Amino acid sequence: MKLLFAYSLRNLLARQMTTVLTAGGMALVVFAFAAILMLAEGLQRTLVDSGSYDNAIAIRKSANSEVQSTVSRLEAAIIETQPEIADGPDGRPLAAREVVVLINLRKRGSNSTSNVTIRGTSESSLALRPQVRMTAGRMPRPGLSEIMVGEGIAQRFQNAGHNETLSFANRDWTVVGVFDAGNTGFNSEIWGDAEQFMQAFRRQAYSSVIFRLRDPAAFAAVKERIEGDPRLSLEAKREVTYYQDQSEATANFLRILGTSLTIIFSIGAVVGAMITMYAAVANRTAEIGTLRAVGFQRSAILTAFLAEALLLGWLGGLAGLFLASFLQFFTVSTTNFQTFAELAFQFKLSPRIVIEGLAFALIMGLAGGLLPAFRAARMNIVEALREA
Amino acid sequence: MLWKLLFRNAFRHTLRAVLTIVGVAVAVLAFGMLSALVDAWYAGVSAAAANRLMIRHAISLTFSLPIAYMEKIRAVDGVKAVSHMSWFGGIYIDRKNFFANFAVDPKSFLDLYPEFILPEDQRSAFLKDRRGCVVGRGLAERFGWKVGDTVPLQGTIYSGEWPMVVRGIYQGRDKSTDENQLFFHWDYLNERLKERLPRRANRAGIFVIEIAHADDAPAVAGAVDLVFKNSLAETLTETERAFQLGFVTMSEAILVAIRMVSLVIVCIIMAVVANTMAMSVRERMHEFAVFKTLGFSAVYLASLILGESLVVCAAGGALGIAGTFPALRILAGYVGNIFPVMDISPATLWLDVLAVVTVAIVAAAFPIRKVITVRIVDALGRVA
Repeated sequence: MKLLFAYSLRNLLARQMTTVLTAGGMALVVFAFAAILMLAEGLQRTLVDSGSYDNAIAIRKSANSEVQSTVSRLEAAIIETQPEIADGPDGRPLAAREVVVLINLRKRGSNSTSNVTIRGTSESSLALRPQVRMTAGRMPRPGLSEIMVGEGIAQRFQNAGHNETLSFANRDWTVVGVFDAGNTGFNSEIWGDAEQFMQAFRRQAYSSVIFRLRDPAAFAAVKERIEGDPRLSLEAKREVTYYQDQSEATANFLRILGTSLTIIFSIGAVVGAMITMYAAVANRTAEIGTLRAVGFQRSAILTAFLAEALLLGWLGGLAGLFLASFLQFFTVSTTNFQTFAELAFQFKLSPRIVIEGLAFALIMGLAGGLLPAFRAARMNIVEALREA
Repeated sequence: MLWKLLFRNAFRHTLRAVLTIVGVAVAVLAFGMLSALVDAWYAGVSAAAANRLMIRHAISLTFSLPIAYMEKIRAVDGVKAVSHMSWFGGIYIDRKNFFANFAVDPKSFLDLYPEFILPEDQRSAFLKDRRGCVVGRGLAERFGWKVGDTVPLQGTIYSGEWPMVVRGIYQGRDKSTDENQLFFHWDYLNERLKERLPRRANRAGIFVIEIAHADDAPAVAGAVDLVFKNSLAETLTETERAFQLGFVTMSEAILVAIRMVSLVIVCIIMAVVANTMAMSVRERMHEFAVFKTLGFSAVYLASLILGESLVVCAAGGALGIAGTFPALRILAGYVGNIFPVMDISPATLWLDVLAVVTVAIVAAAFPIRKVITVRIVDALGRVA
């Protein structure tokens, strides 16, 4: 058996051009497959990482996102009195009233516009988001037209860098700080004082109230009380669930696109593998005859050729994933269908994508090698030898 | 004589030729579908009329404008007609049943959009009924709606249940017209808002204007924006085309990914055809050596190989293009709600042809070089 395996391997080495082309075709399929799934994974991971499990968010019932939601001052005050909310260092409940709107900004370079999320924050907002760290400048002071921006925004949008001035809602806003929020949605946001934004955008209501739970398990109780309260037309969600919901539409679209495309693509690569394997069988008719004559079973021949096809697929899969892993250095930004706001994220290779990609490559190899391997195994010894 | 030889050579290994042709066909099919998908993304842009301008809040589309702006806009020089529409964001039963629905000023809206063709009786029935709505033919087919049916929309931006009656089903004038939208009376929305959320009443999402001459667009746009400069709600006026293009550029990254993937598929099939050609030539090295001995020129040998490659690719390409049409119809059934307009444009077909020819040439290049440079003695002695 070891001999047969070495025989398969040496055969691949002997026909380098053909091996490279066939494995290359499969590598490209795996690359495309992995690339699109990595895009979906990156988008989802970024949004999911934006939420914390012990945080909850209250928004208006039937609103899809914070942007669509309105929470009145009265409602916000009621939420803040819920007993399940943790205390902040100052003894007050750790809850933040926030206002979220979208504004159009121009991108650096391309000059095209995109919707950017602006978040008006309260004192506790930063404490609720441990992911956010200042990297330059300082926090905006309440009561002033000052803002701070996520790193993704500072790099990508015009006039959004540190110490520059952005104009929107009839006011000039000085960028006094830049923050890094890692791979989260906050990196694509602009933060400032909620009260200032409400005046500037002429809003009377907040968009959402975010709060930290004293005990993450108490979420069900607080959710029931908020949604049952006749004074409130709000619903409460865990922050992670909220962000997960927001990534669903775009991520699903990408996954369906990626999977259906690669299935079509793989037909091309399977055809390629089949051509190669049929040729491998046809060229080695005499050798197969010899092997059978010296006593190798049909099953051994079948295994040898299948192993060769699987090896081809495996090589292709590895090469494709190797190429795809370099995509992780790229950051892309696109509009999230659900929130209508721009979000920057990185391609993300997960163990699941690696396994799926390799499995996919092996299946392609198998599909391409099965029929040729059967043909090899079924050969008649005498005829095979005569053909030489 | 050459033709006959090309076909004979191409189909010498029937199984291999058929497999390669299938491979090319599948690749062309996928390439065509991707190209159609990209086109679908741009459908709104290609359907845009040159003489229509869109006016929206300068901050972003999520902000609405006071309805009182309508008369001020009408007074601007060069404006022929004004209408307005507001994104309603209603859901029909389930979030998955997504489609675009707008509250509009019915009469001026239908006048401004002649591409929505509505029978006269349905048009007047719609105008008369404040709770009426018109839906596109595609949408009506998707949910089995008939004229007279009641459609309950669940509000997301404006909460509550909003039942409305289908008064008309419109057809698109052009292929690019979106037949998957619902339009209803802005008055219906506004009356209820006045009662329940007076602060949000009397506002429109965007104003649409028609101008007399498309060339005046920049001047009129500037004039409109100037009227509202330094007001509480500044406006941004752009051509319908630019407005729609704005949506496309928002999801540019996905478009780039799709385009990249289209290139990848061409490369995959290049590898498959190159492999076939390399094998086919390798096996026939003896014959080529004989050709060379007899004095056939390098050009003749090259055209033999290139021709064979072209025959295989052309067969696959033709098959693939023929298959694109039914395949796209199936795809449209699945993603019709996101991409209402799915069609194969002439540009797509040209791209298909270009891809096939490129693949054929590249795949033939290596074997040609080999055949031309090989020494006759070596070729004759070579074992396949």
